[in-house]
Parts: sequence; C-alpha cells; structure tokens
Amino acid sequence: MTTATASTATPVRTYRDYDRPLWQRLLLTREMAIVGLLVIVAVVASVSVRGFGQPITLTYLILDVTPILLIALPMTLIMITGEIDLSVASVVGLSSVLIGVLTQAGAPFELAIVVALVAGAIAGAVNGFLVTVVGLPSLAVTIGTLALYRGLAVGLLGTTAVTDFPEFWTDLAKMKLGGSNVPAVLLLFLVLLVVFVVLLHFTPFGRGIYAIGLSKTAARFSGVHVERTKLVLFVLSGTIAALAGVYYTLRFGSARGDNATGLELQVIAAVVLGGVSVFGGRGAIHGVIAGVLLIGILASALRLANVTSDVINIITGVLLVASVVSNSFLAWLRTKRRAPGGTARAKASAAG
Amino acid sequence: MFHKKSRAAALAALAVSVALIATGCAAGDSGSGSGDGGGSDNLAITFLPKNLGNPYFDTSSSGAKEAIDEFKGTFAEVGPAEATPDAQVSYINTLTQQGVGAIAVSANDPEAICDALNEARDAGVKVVTFDSDTNPDCRDLFINQADAEGIAKVQVDLIADQIGGSGEIAILSASANATNQNAWIDLMETYLASDYPDITLVETVYGDDDDQTSFDKTAALLQTHPDLKGIISPTTVGIAAAARYLSTSEYKGKVALTGLGTPNQLREYVEDGTITAFALWNPADLGYLTAYAAKALIEGDITGAEGDTFDAGKLGEYTVGADGVVLLGDPFEFNADNIADFDF
Repeated sequence: MTTATASTATPVRTYRDYDRPLWQRLLLTREMAIVGLLVIVAVVASVSVRGFGQPITLTYLILDVTPILLIALPMTLIMITGEIDLSVASVVGLSSVLIGVLTQAGAPFELAIVVALVAGAIAGAVNGFLVTVVGLPSLAVTIGTLALYRGLAVGLLGTTAVTDFPEFWTDLAKMKLGGSNVPAVLLLFLVLLVVFVVLLHFTPFGRGIYAIGLSKTAARFSGVHVERTKLVLFVLSGTIAALAGVYYTLRFGSARGDNATGLELQVIAAVVLGGVSVFGGRGAIHGVIAGVLLIGILASALRLANVTSDVINIITGVLLVASVVSNSFLAWLRTKRRAPGGTARAKASAAG
Repeated sequence: MFHKKSRAAALAALAVSVALIATGCAAGDSGSGSGDGGGSDNLAITFLPKNLGNPYFDTSSSGAKEAIDEFKGTFAEVGPAEATPDAQVSYINTLTQQGVGAIAVSANDPEAICDALNEARDAGVKVVTFDSDTNPDCRDLFINQADAEGIAKVQVDLIADQIGGSGEIAILSASANATNQNAWIDLMETYLASDYPDITLVETVYGDDDDQTSFDKTAALLQTHPDLKGIISPTTVGIAAAARYLSTSEYKGKVALTGLGTPNQLREYVEDGTITAFALWNPADLGYLTAYAAKALIEGDITGAEGDTFDAGKLGEYTVGADGVVLLGDPFEFNADNIADFDF
C-alpha cells in the first residue's frame, strides 16, 4: 500500500482524454457503441424479421424518422449547452396549422412555408428570450411554451383538419431519388447535417457550445457570448422544428392542431441515447444520428413483427434507461480503474 | 490494458443484451404472421380500427374474426392508442411491408391516409374501408354501416310507433352545423310529411353533442311544449342526456324517446322503461361483412366495380353500389329483448 504512492510520480499524461491511443479515442466511445448497436439491430432485424429486408422498409424508415432527425440537430446543440427545448413538437403542430390555415385561405404555398418558418423562428426567439434575458430555466420555460404553442395551434384550427394541399408539394415530400428507394427529403436533411456538423465541430461558435455546457462561468471568462449563443440556438431550434412541421404536414397530407404530439420526447430520447449528456458539455452529432436511427429501426422491426405500440414504447424506454445507466456505470468503472493510485494517495494523506 | 478490455466487454454485453431483447420479441411473434407464400389466395386480413380499446371496434372486430374463422383466413387487429391519422399511416406502411392480403381500415381522416393506402394497393394489398370512409380513389370498397335514408326512416318509424302515429314531436340534435345530423333531419322531415301527416315536428334544438347542454335543452323542450309526445335524438350524446333527464322527471314513460345510441350507454334506461327502442347499426355485422368483402376481393371474385355481387356468409348476398360502396342494410333496432346480447 505504501508503495502505491510511487505511482503518482510516473510521467503519464494525466489529461484524461489524451491518455489513450487515437484509435481507442475514436472507437471506444459511447457514440461508437450506439453505432455498433445500430448495425447489430439492423442486421438481426433483416435476418429474423420477415419483410424487414426489403427496399420499401428503407423508404418508410427515412420518411418516418426525418422529422426526428431534423429536430435532433439543433436539440443536440441546445442540450450540449446544458439547456433543453421541450416545445419543439408544439412548434411542429403550430407550423402545420399555419400551413393549413393559409392554404385554406388561398395563399400561395410558398408564402405559407415562409410564414410557418418565421413563426417557428419567433417561437424559438421567445424561448431564447425567456431563458437568456429573463434568465429562467429552459426546462420551465419550454414546458410553458409547449402548452402555449400547442394551445395556439389547436385554437387556430380547432379540431378540424386541412387536407387539401397542392399536389406538387405533397409529391415532393414523398418523392424518391431517381429510381431508388431513397426519399428525396433525405437531401434536405444531409444539407442541414453538414451545416450543423461544421457549426458544432469546426467553428469557434461550436467550441463555445461545449464550453458553456462544461462551465458557463468559465466560458464567459474565455470570451464566449453565452447568452447570444443560447439565443441563436433556440431560434435555430424553433426554425428547424417549423421546417419539420412543413414536412410533417405534407408527408401525412393533413394539417391538424394535434400533429406530432409527443414528438419532443422521441427527439430527446434519441439525443440522450446518442450520447449527449443531459448535464451538458458532452455529445457528438454522429452519435445522435445513430440514436435516432436505432430507435427508428427498432420500432420499425418490432412493428413488422406485430409487436404492439405499447410494447415498443416499453422497449425504447428500457433502452434509454439502460443507455443512461451504462453511461454512469462505465464512468464508475473508469474512476475505479484509476482508483489504486488515487485512493491510496487519499488514504495516505488521511493517514498523514 | 485489462481495464480497457473490461470496458469494451461491458459495451459489447450491453449491445448484445439489447439486440437479444429486440430479437426475442421479434422471434416470438414473427411466426404468427401468415405466410404470403402460401398459394395465390393470401387470406391474411388485418383490421385497423380508428383506435384500439374502443368497445365499438372491439365488437366489429369480434364479428370480423367470426367471419374470418369461417373461411379459415388469418385475422389480425392492429391500431394506434389514439385516433390520429398519422398513427394509422405507420400501421398501413407496416402492413404493406408485411404483405397482408387485405387491410380493413376505419379512417381517421379521409385524405391523410390516402397515399399510404394507395402504396399498399400498388403492392397488391386489397383495401376495404368500413365505418368511416376515405376518398373513393384510395380504397377498393367501402362497407357503409347505414345510409342516410335508412337512418332517418328507422327513427321516424320508431317514434311514430311509440306515440301511436300522431302528436307533437321534437328533435334534439348535435350542433347546428353537424353535416350528418342535418342531412338526416332533412330526410326525417320529408318522410314525416309524406308518411305521417298527423305528426308535427314542433322544434329542433341543438345540444352541441355536449352532455350538460343536451340535458338542459331537453328540460327546456319539455317546458316549452307541454303537449310534446316524443323526442328523437339522432346523436349518441343527445339521447343519453335526454334519457337521463327523462328517467328522473315526471315525464318518464309519458314522453317517448328514441334515436341513435349505443347499448351500453342506454342499457339502464331501456331496463327502467324510459326508452322502448332505439336504433344503430350492429358493429359485429359490420365487421363480419367487411371480412367477407375483403375475402371476395382477395380471391378475385369481385373488383369493387358497381354491380359486383359476393356472398357474405350468414348475412347473405351483397351487391356493390356506386363508388364501390356496399350497404350493410337497415339500422338495427335495440330493445329490452335483445339489449343484453350486446356489449359496446
């Protein structure tokens, strides 16, 4: 025991993230674990679930997960700063209703899209204002606006639905690329994906997002515009949610006040599953994409196997809890691994 | 190095266990889906009601199951917990992938599920709507539970029978702009004028399909028209509220009440004599007929064209009408003698 104190003198780099070789740092991550799990589930499903291995599965899967993928992008950034936006699904509903009301009133569809996106940006700005300027916790603010925006949506259209949209646009939402089975809407997502990956991982703005999540005070002293960054992120979140609302409306051909109810939980579940820490400061976009796809593929395969939606929810929930628990478990394992030197030193100092 | 291995092992263990959960569930159920490789006639018929856990659709599904068992097909029922069109779309997509023989759906929205249904039809799945239709170009057949004339006629006949063919009656409707109810009321007025000249319709009031409003409107009707002999309420909310008012008032047994209602909500009023008889279609028969129509489509006996005829087991033979609509028949009369047979 007394000899253990000698280990403190070894000249290993103590900065935790760099004490392993590059390949380990890239592959032995939480994100890659989810990617691996995704591959396993996809392979197992193609082999064992009848009907899963056909091309049309891919079409439906992409059509189904696109709104979640879209919203997950800004949500990832917001959650890395340690905040949350629970109002996204209500913004989807509001955007959908605005599209419906304007189309019904005879406005050109392009105008309806613009109005919906602007409304989404305003909705996001209201969230951002209350969080950054007024200084309220985002959890409370966005629970409030979740109800507020949903209320506006249902209030505008009542319980009726608008289902008459220009065929050009509804076809566009479901169009497939060339002769393949890949829906064209994937391109929209890929463009946004590139934008968000660059924004988060390759700009000072993105580094600021991580800095805010790790320590707001430290970030501020390092010259990060904490409030401005958060405000921008909430506006982005609102706008993208509105865009998802436009897509959602066209995909299902109906504008209703209750469209996409509960979608925020699917988005947040996927983001957390993808390795973003709910306490902020940690996460990467590839993990989140894998998280969304994992939940999507799992649900798709289970539905094909005639598993009821309640059971699918249970499995998704268990998966989410397991992923969070395993995260804590692995962190504990890591501290334990480092423990021999640490505890011994602590004991030694306590003894001394 | 040992520690790193244990971490990787922990990750692998997690991955494998989740995959096992997933496949375990999948493997457990994949056997039950009937194979689509079994011959030309794939009699796997899946019912997709507006939502699950709804006694009305439980009854229609029991009728469907009875029919499908008769012709040895495979019955399945799937559906969302909430009655929303987007939830139905994903179920329709899944059924398309599974390659079932036919989907029988009660549409939550006439337009929204159209594209999904047409994709299913492109993949060779027959689509029959029942209870609630989509646009005619999205399905092969619609099994209509009752036509407007039949609904109007049965209610007028019932009230005329109960009040002895003459006197004042009133109508307690849903909201003033309810499409179905207004169409029925128009037809009732025509039918009253032609067949029952001694009956006068003194007033039509609107309870907005709200229990309390309907209750209050019933009370007001009885005070404004002391000679009132009967009330027709062509809405399930209205008839239940009116029955509740009548059963505790001095008018019980003196003022007749009929209309459209469900056995479960009106059982106690039929038993205590407030209501003699009321009408609705029989959901079990609706499901039964839907199943046989799906079978006829799958086997290629009919294509859904006007004039096609098919056999529907115990219900006899049916003919497809205009726009691919098959009419179940006259509404069903519920009374003290048969109400115990129904639970919906």
